[in-house]
Amino acid sequence: MNPSVHSQAPLTLLDKIWNRHVVAEDGGELLLHVDRALIHEGASHAFIKLEQEGRTVARPQQVFAFNDHYVPTTGRDKGIAGIANAEIRNMVIQLQTNAVRHGITLFGMDDPRQGILHIVPPEQGITQPALLICGADSHTATHGAFGCLAFGIGASDMMHVMATQTLWQRRQKSMRITIEGEPGFGISPKDIILAIIAKIGVDGGTGHIIEYAGSTFRAMSMEGRMTVCNMSIEAGARAGMVAPDDTTYAYLHNRPYAPKGAQWDAAMALWRQLPSDAGARFDRDVSLNAADIAPMVTWGTNPQQGAPVTGVVPDPRAIQDPLTAQEVASAIDYQALTPGMALSDIQVDRVFIGSCTNGRIEDIRAAAAVARLGKAVVPAWVVPGSQLVKRQAEKEGLDAIFTAAGFEWREPGCSLCTAINGDQLRPGERCASTSNRNFKGRQGTGGRTHLVSPAMAAAAALKGRLTDVRDLLKNA
Amino acid sequence: MHPFTTITAIAAPIDEPNVDTNQLCPTRFNKVPRGPEHARILFHDRRFNADGSEKEHILNAEPFNRAQIIVADRNWGSGSSRESAVYALYEFGIRCVIASSFADIHSNNCYKNGLLPVVLAESECDDIRKQLRDSPGATISVDLAAQTVIDAKGKIHRFEIHPVRKKCLLEGLDDIARTLQYRAAFDAFEARYRDERPWLYNT
Repeated sequence: MNPSVHSQAPLTLLDKIWNRHVVAEDGGELLLHVDRALIHEGASHAFIKLEQEGRTVARPQQVFAFNDHYVPTTGRDKGIAGIANAEIRNMVIQLQTNAVRHGITLFGMDDPRQGILHIVPPEQGITQPALLICGADSHTATHGAFGCLAFGIGASDMMHVMATQTLWQRRQKSMRITIEGEPGFGISPKDIILAIIAKIGVDGGTGHIIEYAGSTFRAMSMEGRMTVCNMSIEAGARAGMVAPDDTTYAYLHNRPYAPKGAQWDAAMALWRQLPSDAGARFDRDVSLNAADIAPMVTWGTNPQQGAPVTGVVPDPRAIQDPLTAQEVASAIDYQALTPGMALSDIQVDRVFIGSCTNGRIEDIRAAAAVARLGKAVVPAWVVPGSQLVKRQAEKEGLDAIFTAAGFEWREPGCSLCTAINGDQLRPGERCASTSNRNFKGRQGTGGRTHLVSPAMAAAAALKGRLTDVRDLLKNA
Repeated sequence: MHPFTTITAIAAPIDEPNVDTNQLCPTRFNKVPRGPEHARILFHDRRFNADGSEKEHILNAEPFNRAQIIVADRNWGSGSSRESAVYALYEFGIRCVIASSFADIHSNNCYKNGLLPVVLAESECDDIRKQLRDSPGATISVDLAAQTVIDAKGKIHRFEIHPVRKKCLLEGLDDIARTLQYRAAFDAFEARYRDERPWLYNT
């Protein structure tokens, strides 16, 4: 059903945004207007294609570039010249060169606003409700927290977006994930999204755009909504979104790129029409109870392979489907675990707190609230998602709490989440990480990842093993 | 983009669901400009030791080192949007991946690079992979115009593909030429849009 034809039918948030971006239709594909394109150093392939074809950037003002994936998280006082590895240094420089050449707005390595491409645009008000945002990165889903449609694309599509400010798309199915109620003590948005992924699976959202609905999300901060939307891609959905409300507007008000004065009023009038109409139909509906969600940890090598920290490593012999049993056995083998082992008995070598999933001020606060209860017994890094987050945390004295507890306070970037700036695990090292992917080798060849919330990561640092943070907080 | 029409080639079975793009192209290779070295990047950390020597892997040995088709399981290509994962497949020689489902971004990236993602039912993928394990080096045929896969035993499997994607692959067309035909529509759209949302264009 094409909602633009049946204007009487109740529309979803997705329908409303989608319909306003259709430039043309051809053979069942729609040419959509793209409001903002977000790129990082990895867009090098898109620039190569652009140049090979002799094309220019159509709307450079609508393209924003971020030095994040390849920047070092220490020794930044030495600037770009201080990046020892020439290939890594070159990636940082190349993005800057391309940004200057094409007139693209750059948030460069030395910019006081520098940070991850999914953390800086919301801070700057570049991310707004009703937009269509494409990013050269699958975690572009993050921005949907503002009630916009935001998704990741590959290099060919990014070249197309930069050259035309449009993208051909087919309508995707809609999925509503409703969670009601107040989460229990010690439960964070990260636990909620990990619980969703454990329930619907890493391909549960394939072909769909998710709308997160219900009182749990209404009560959630923008930071929390971003954490949830960020990992929509880990459930297979290219985009996740939350309807904008007063929480969204309060966050956006007076941000540098946000509309001001009369334009703010005009924008608000438009934004307030966005939430899904009563009775709007979704292709799939899923519900969870907030009260049922416990602190989550992943034991395996994809984000679906997770369980409450009170659980155990599963036994592949108990799984009926042979390929799934084989997949679980392979994950347990890679992770060097044994079936039936308590998850809270898993010892870790390292802890990483940061990333586009959990590098925001609330994440840093949640980790600090645990870090202040003890001393890290394993190397633990805190990598703020942006310079703004870093400065805010320092203003609140959080860096001092971490340092006193033996955690390392570093410079903003993607760091140990994507492990291509030189920060990486050694083969066999095991890390409790607030990032988004536990794929084999994701944090470094042979490295082992357990995805957790910021508070759970800090707890793991204090205990040297995966730990139920509720026990620490209760006794505090 | 090179067109895709038909192919009859050795197919390699990969008995694993949820193969993510980190496996297809480990992240540290994302910075490598597209070229022949992507052939070695495919499944790099599963195929090669740190010293560069080969590990035991289906794509390392005869006859599968000459495979041009992969038959996989569900959710092929999950995770990151890196197009390098497709470059790795393509430079290795893979022109078609058959699976019971594909991750959305990766599937899109395949289409944009002349690599055909074919969706068959899980049971069909299971059957074909078993044939390929039983008769290593067996060939299968894929005909895009007819939308068929002929398996190693000669059985015909029909697949669905969006007509626009089919045409682009058959003719080797990039989207951009098509887009530029809509220039007037874009200009008109943008003029109205800017008028309605002027704040998006503030600097």
